[in-house]
Amino acid sequence: MAVAVAAFATAVTLQVVRDRAYSREEAQNRAFLYVQSPAVLRRIALSFDALAADVYWIRALQHYGGDRLSRDGRERYRLLYPLLDLTTSLDPYFTIAYRFGAIFLSEGYPGGPGRPDLAVALLKKGIAAQSDNWRYYHDIAFVHYWQLHDTKTAAEWFRLAQQQPGAPGWLEPVAASMLIEGGDRQSARVILQQILNSPEEWLQQMARRALLQLDALDLIDRARPVIVRNPPPAGTPYSWQWLIQRGVVSRIPEDETGVPFEIDPSTGALTVSPRSQLFPMPRTGPPQ
Amino acid sequence: MRAISWIAVNVFKESVRDRVPYNLALFAVLLIASSFLIGQLTAGQDVKIIKDLGLAAIVVFGLFIAIFIGIGLVSKEVERRSIYSLLSKPIGRPQFVVGKYAGLVLTLAVNVGVMTVALYAVLGCLTYLQTPAARAAWDAPGVDPRLLEAIGLIFVELMIVTAIALFFSTFSTPLLAAALTFGLFIVGHFNTDLKNFDKIVDSRPAIWVARAVYHTVPDFSAFDIKTEVVHGLPVAAGYLSATAGYGFAYISALLVVSVLVFARRDFK
Repeated sequence: MAVAVAAFATAVTLQVVRDRAYSREEAQNRAFLYVQSPAVLRRIALSFDALAADVYWIRALQHYGGDRLSRDGRERYRLLYPLLDLTTSLDPYFTIAYRFGAIFLSEGYPGGPGRPDLAVALLKKGIAAQSDNWRYYHDIAFVHYWQLHDTKTAAEWFRLAQQQPGAPGWLEPVAASMLIEGGDRQSARVILQQILNSPEEWLQQMARRALLQLDALDLIDRARPVIVRNPPPAGTPYSWQWLIQRGVVSRIPEDETGVPFEIDPSTGALTVSPRSQLFPMPRTGPPQ
Repeated sequence: MRAISWIAVNVFKESVRDRVPYNLALFAVLLIASSFLIGQLTAGQDVKIIKDLGLAAIVVFGLFIAIFIGIGLVSKEVERRSIYSLLSKPIGRPQFVVGKYAGLVLTLAVNVGVMTVALYAVLGCLTYLQTPAARAAWDAPGVDPRLLEAIGLIFVELMIVTAIALFFSTFSTPLLAAALTFGLFIVGHFNTDLKNFDKIVDSRPAIWVARAVYHTVPDFSAFDIKTEVVHGLPVAAGYLSATAGYGFAYISALLVVSVLVFARRDFK
């Protein structure tokens, strides 16, 4: 027994000495993916495909975390999509792998590989496996909105998400907000009018408020060229008094909640007052 | 019937003497250790992974028991020459084969039962330690009774493997029987490919041969509903009963063939 312990201790000592003398970091850090084909891996896994999916999911997390913390930018999350593809092929119902995977993939470098196209592809794979899971549609909408800045497509995906069974009621208002932000107020109005018919009181209130905000935005857009055509004398600020004196307006215009609009003294830009119930207003692009 | 139960109880006692229950301790340690480790490695998927790991471990441990004890059920008696004293008693050869099979199934049942209790205990602990918000995000409850559906089909699958091992044990050496049983286990998981052979081959005879092999080789892939159960997806009761029924019919056929082969063996 003593001989065995001594031999084992010698082996460990030699291992430590060798590791100190000959660094093998390059070999240890090299990321490998021996099997890249999901079809082959499914066969190799026999009936243990779900467990194999867990292993690949842990590998994907470690790969992402490793590259995220690494100062060496050469790797650039090279194996992230293949690992996620293998994970979701082995377990097509692995919701978190699709959803977290899409977030990882869509993040720009150094937070991720900056591949929103692959994020959308991964989520569409999730939809192919579970076509009624509203979360995948929601996440695709989010990628389009947040990473691709495509509010119109985002709104379409939010609406698709809303149509899935069990989808929460707030998705449709979000779709409307996307359209407002993209400048498509007409489509946003159509969606908001539909929401007015919803059975939930809070949704109706939200839709009423959003429609009033759209009216306020329209008024601001109509007023803007009139104000620009009637600038104040040099050295004096833009003001409602000046516009009333000029006969441009008869009184200070109010929004639908009865609170006067505010005018920026230096630029003449019209805004909803912070005292108004319509404040804060949605972010919006130019009207289409 | 008494002879069968007597042989079965002795097979069970022998497996206890052979320290088979040690695997239960290993299973418990594996689950408990992995539940702590996995919590550090996964993004909130520890319960899902523990379920996957637990079910896979039940298959692996059960498979080892079924193959490595199953292959020696008959051949060991022949090698030790204890078959002579056994068959000189008022025990028929069919009773001997069926008793041996029942004994190993009893061993498997106890093992699978204890592993199931251990899995539920670990899942219960994990569920208790999680916040209600985290629990709400799970596909299925932590302590999900539907896991028993998957475990039930795993048990029937292991019963088939045991019957295959016993069948090979009646006429071949332990090493060959182990190789053949394990080979059939693997082939049985690819069985569905043979069913769809007509989609890739035009030759009628080749399709018939493939279809014949599909019906002859055990269809193990049908017993795998682990993924569905872990994700809380419904599995039709008809599917469960049809698959279990298929398993029992297949086992009966194997036992009958094993009895026939063993009955024709000459031990002189």
